[in-house]
Amino acid sequence: MAATEQRSYVGAPVPRKEDARLLTGQGTFVDNLSRPGMLHAVIVRSPHAHARIVGIDTSRAAAAEGVVAVYTGEDLKSEWQAGLPCFWPVSEDIVMPTHWPLALDKARYAGDGVAVVVAETRALAKDAAELVDVSYEVLPAVVDIEEALADGAPLVHDEAAGNRCYTWSLAAGEVEKEFADAAVTVSERYRQQRLIPAAMEPRALLVDVMPATGDVTVYSSTQIPHIMRTAFTLVLGIPEAKVRVVAPDVGGGFGSKVEVYAEDMIVVPIARRLGRPVKWVEERSEACLATIHGRDVVQHIELAATAEGKIRAVRVRLKAAMGSYLQAVTPGVPLLGAWLYGGCYDLAAYDFLCTGVFTTTTPTDAYRGAGRPEATYAIERAIDALARKVGKDPVEIRRLNFIEEFPFTLASGLEVDAGDFHAALDRALEILDYDTVRKEQAERRASGATRQLGVGFSTYIEMCGLAPSRILGALNYGGGGWESMSIRCLPTGTVQIVSGTTPHGQGHATTFAQIVADKLGVDFDDVEFLFGDTAVSPTGFDTYGSRSLPVGGVALWHASEKVVAKAKAIAAHTLEAAEDDLEYAGGRFAVRGTDRGMTVKECAFAAWHAHNLPDGMEPGLEAQHVYDPPNFSWPSGCHIALVEVDTQTGAVFLDRYVAVDDVGRVVNPLVVDGQVHGGIAQGVAQALWEEAVYDSDGNLATGSLLSYLVPSAAELPSYETDRTETPSPTNPLGVKGVGETGAIASTPAVINAVIDALAPYGITDMDMPASPERVWRALQEVAK
Amino acid sequence: MRRISFTVNGAAREVDVEPRELLVYVLRERLGLTGTNVGCDTSSCGSCTVLVSGESVKSCTMLGVQADGLDVTTIEGLATGGALHPVQQAFHEHHGLQCGFCTPGMVLASVSLLAETPSPSEAEIREALEGNLCRCTGYHNIVRAVQAAASA
Ligand code: FES
Ligand code: FES
Repeated sequence: MAATEQRSYVGAPVPRKEDARLLTGQGTFVDNLSRPGMLHAVIVRSPHAHARIVGIDTSRAAAAEGVVAVYTGEDLKSEWQAGLPCFWPVSEDIVMPTHWPLALDKARYAGDGVAVVVAETRALAKDAAELVDVSYEVLPAVVDIEEALADGAPLVHDEAAGNRCYTWSLAAGEVEKEFADAAVTVSERYRQQRLIPAAMEPRALLVDVMPATGDVTVYSSTQIPHIMRTAFTLVLGIPEAKVRVVAPDVGGGFGSKVEVYAEDMIVVPIARRLGRPVKWVEERSEACLATIHGRDVVQHIELAATAEGKIRAVRVRLKAAMGSYLQAVTPGVPLLGAWLYGGCYDLAAYDFLCTGVFTTTTPTDAYRGAGRPEATYAIERAIDALARKVGKDPVEIRRLNFIEEFPFTLASGLEVDAGDFHAALDRALEILDYDTVRKEQAERRASGATRQLGVGFSTYIEMCGLAPSRILGALNYGGGGWESMSIRCLPTGTVQIVSGTTPHGQGHATTFAQIVADKLGVDFDDVEFLFGDTAVSPTGFDTYGSRSLPVGGVALWHASEKVVAKAKAIAAHTLEAAEDDLEYAGGRFAVRGTDRGMTVKECAFAAWHAHNLPDGMEPGLEAQHVYDPPNFSWPSGCHIALVEVDTQTGAVFLDRYVAVDDVGRVVNPLVVDGQVHGGIAQGVAQALWEEAVYDSDGNLATGSLLSYLVPSAAELPSYETDRTETPSPTNPLGVKGVGETGAIASTPAVINAVIDALAPYGITDMDMPASPERVWRALQEVAK
Repeated sequence: MRRISFTVNGAAREVDVEPRELLVYVLRERLGLTGTNVGCDTSSCGSCTVLVSGESVKSCTMLGVQADGLDVTTIEGLATGGALHPVQQAFHEHHGLQCGFCTPGMVLASVSLLAETPSPSEAEIREALEGNLCRCTGYHNIVRAVQAAASA
């Protein structure tokens, strides 16, 4: 049944429902919650990157003021039926060492938990944690991926010979032949530095228990309440039906809260043992150590091309740091980019191989874009290198290689449903005023100006909307990719959405209410959004991988179709008309050619009253839909960075940033722009400022917001954004994902711009972040 | 414990605090004003920004005892008579917040800026908010919101 839709909310920049409480200090972040009798837990962490635990003396801590209990890993071991879960054993050869929530034998990164102190207040727990006396036998650390692979490197896990975790490959076409026949080849080596996600809200947990029944309620700053619920069963053996996980307001995640963390499996058993609520809140410097990191990959990419610069084949070799343990999807992160190292270009052959490597560092995992920023960076830099080699402008080389027909099957095997790469590039060039910019650049070059201009392009495509369950299954991922949404029309006409995806800033409440308000013809303010509590929303696969709209939103669309279909049957019955004689518009069924009709609201009342329903119809007006997408979602676009590089100091200034994205149909342009802006800032930050640095002993040198340089408003420009639109034919809303586009596109645009500025000096490579020191040193080097 | 008397969101409050207790914890834990967030332990993030005698202060940089006798405004005290403060309203209209964790601090820092500089340039806004980090918005819409509030 194709309902006629009144598109009054969808497409409009509706300000968010979420804002009222967040603007007035009524946010429900976990640390704002408390329970009577609540205790506080503080984790004692290893100061060493790699050390055997010789002994732990907890007696002084246990005797300290306010302390209720102190536990080591040995004390809690009996609680753990399994280590922390990794859901993605990507290959046959993968080594998956057991990851105990508290280290039992060895600490394997600085920050690895070794004991936990529980006290009446947080301050007293912190004081007592200082008194836990751990004796360590310090072992050699290994923090660099390539050093970890070298002969004789210290072993992080005895069972992982050579610190190898896995190898995974993907190949198609005649790669060897293409390289043998190529007129031009490019071979580049890039380093994706390690990043700290730094969501502004550190992690937090509050565990409440009902000793009489064994019920456990976990309030968690998480992106994945449903997956966490399952994990409590897997690790602690608590029946899943006894566990309720609540993700209230969550202060950003960016992937770092798509995790089952050690603290989850420490605090829950403690609360159960003590029969009291226990809270744990991470401090920022603790978060720098104990919350997952992102990236940390060495990339080798080669292109085989014709003399004019038409790419024929791409060959990629990755060495990806897992860190010390495998978290939720650590080994799978490179796979999320594995199909994209050919970018939006038409290739004949493709070869991808990734080696996962253990190091004595904080575990890595999905950080905004997860695998796709890395892929995009490599291909977008490599195509610029190719352009330099064949003497073409970066615009020209891209146009020569763009995929132009859709649907298109990538050389790497997946099908891109829609796109128009020239259109986004055209629009971005127009906004930038490309010719004028190049003219000014030429003038500055000619005059030898101190501040040189650089223009950098990133024409990206990404796959998101995770994900078709059967593809996930084929990749050996341990979960599904569907999403569940319900719509409940209450008797008096207001509507509840019960969402399986859990927002943490993305504006689901608003976007989803817009869709439902249009479909059911109800007021936007009459639609409420229920989420993030497994007792309220029992099923879902949560929020990551830009999936909420292209999977969850589409589930919601289908659920509203079901509601409308049932309402229609009720209306036809009540109005004594045939369903075919009803016209549906603006939430009202009208009998064609008459003034008789019935609104969805009236149908809801009739449905719950149930005095006069069609024979056999169940009372009530609500519907659930579980949607499994048939394909990934394929946003694309063109980002351009314009930088000035001070050739005397090495400072890089981001003067302008143009982003033209194709995210399909847009439900709320305000929200979409916001997602793009935030992603750009994070990607630019990787290019210019952020880097998690370990010293050779494995100490994190950037362990706070003083040394890890999250940018402020003062470092960033306003962004010039626009959109092109090729609706996705894969789903009835025509939508694509948007949450990661900015972070995927922006990093290579900025570095390409820096190199564009410096190429006349002979500089064609630049590691990230392109700090003043790094740029200055590169200039000194070429001046020699 | 030491007793302090101060004005919080227009009301006189008396509270016993530990000498080492930071103002932010006095507000959050003793007075239940959890709108003021804690995002770091190095006075870097600005999530904890409040107004002390009208000026923005990171409440993790001040001891509770130092607030004795002073006038503190937290995010809970900004909207009056059921209406959002113009800065709050502008953040809403211009989508100046996503997860909302930095927002109380960002709003109060903006209020303080506009009290001192009623018509700031974009560069002045960006400089003034330098001590307040936001990981979600990329700052674009925060700047737009402050500009809108300035001309409201
Ligand atoms: S909590 Fe005060 S500046 Fe971060
Ligand atoms: S809105 Fe999330 S940190 Fe600013």
